[in-house]
Amino acid sequence: MSFAPGTRVTVRNDWPEAKGVKVHIRTPHFVRGKTGRIETLIGEFGDPEFLAIGRKDAPKRALYMVVFDRADLFPGTNAHNETMTADLYENWLEAAP
Amino acid sequence: MSGDHHDHLHTHDDHAPVGATEPRPEYARLERAVRELLIAKGVLTAEDIRKQIELMDSRTPAMGAKIVARAWVDPAFKARLMANAKAAADEMGVDTSNSATVVALENTPERHHVVVCTLCSCYPKAILGVPPAWYKSSAYRARTVKEPRKVLAEFGTSLPEGTEIRVVDSTADMRYLVVPMRPAGTEGWSEDRLAALVGRDSMIGTALADTPKN
Amino acid sequence: MGGIEPFASQPIDRAEHELSEFDKRVDALVNLLSHPSRALMRVDEMRNSIESLPPDEYDRTLYYEKWIHAVAEIMVAKDVIGEEELVLKLADLKEEDGEEA
Repeated sequence: MSFAPGTRVTVRNDWPEAKGVKVHIRTPHFVRGKTGRIETLIGEFGDPEFLAIGRKDAPKRALYMVVFDRADLFPGTNAHNETMTADLYENWLEAAP
Repeated sequence: MSGDHHDHLHTHDDHAPVGATEPRPEYARLERAVRELLIAKGVLTAEDIRKQIELMDSRTPAMGAKIVARAWVDPAFKARLMANAKAAADEMGVDTSNSATVVALENTPERHHVVVCTLCSCYPKAILGVPPAWYKSSAYRARTVKEPRKVLAEFGTSLPEGTEIRVVDSTADMRYLVVPMRPAGTEGWSEDRLAALVGRDSMIGTALADTPKN
Repeated sequence: MGGIEPFASQPIDRAEHELSEFDKRVDALVNLLSHPSRALMRVDEMRNSIESLPPDEYDRTLYYEKWIHAVAEIMVAKDVIGEEELVLKLADLKEEDGEEA
């Protein structure tokens, strides 16, 4: 699946690190379960969750810059005209309903 | 240039340079043990380490400032920088061979970018040298995504309400270089003169480029 | 770290710190070992190792102390350095420092 710029996407609300397995996740906790939109496709990179444990067979994943309204990420904070971006791998993104 | 250039930006005593913090003895020994074993095994040489440190010492924000100044005066170079910052840096003589992809972000009256790495401390080292201690601090990493306008204000940077603040979290394989806005009153300036206005923090996005002194 | 307390309520210490010779050597080791010509470690592995530090140890450990901890762990895990030879070497250095091994 690939996402075009402007597509609304939701970050998987998944917490592998809470399952007691030693993992390295590059998806910040504060964007999980949140909806933003694709700014751009950055390119294809090895999945850091594999690279972090020294695996040479890390699958390549599309990496997107995703932009969020900051007010959605930290409700209750004064976030007028503030956005934030995170670079997220495709396996963490789902098309938003 | 970088050290001198920044001193006048932050004159408060609490921002004065402080000496290096030495590691605890067990970590000092661990470094020596690992280094000496790697050298004994021929994985690397003492000369490799010396050269690498020399390279690190040669990298200062002055390099980034030259790139920004060139982009201000040369639209074709700016287009190349925005399209592929690593190639544009190579063009300016920066060795980016061991660097992740570098992406330039242009600050405009409509949008101001500020860069943070909430997960660790990713930084465009090939272009700006080693990051400042505050960039690596837990407080900067925790607060910039939560209250960017307040953090910017602490750095002496206040922007109009109408300017979108965009916090860029370098969570993956990109290293971000902010291209600050060219200050007014610099028409016809040479690249060297312009570069002197481009401080390190303006390329992280916590500050603006300096304004010319009368 | 984003939004995480207590850090999200702390002032940002903007003092400029110079790097020590230790800091520079550790940085150099990481760059040399991860350079494509050697490819003996990746920054992803280093982050993984650092994140595995217990939270209290993480908080009191300096930035480059964390890095050398990770380098040592990864080099041993990959058998570039033997665990036993590292332990022996550390004991030698400790004795040299005048501490009881």
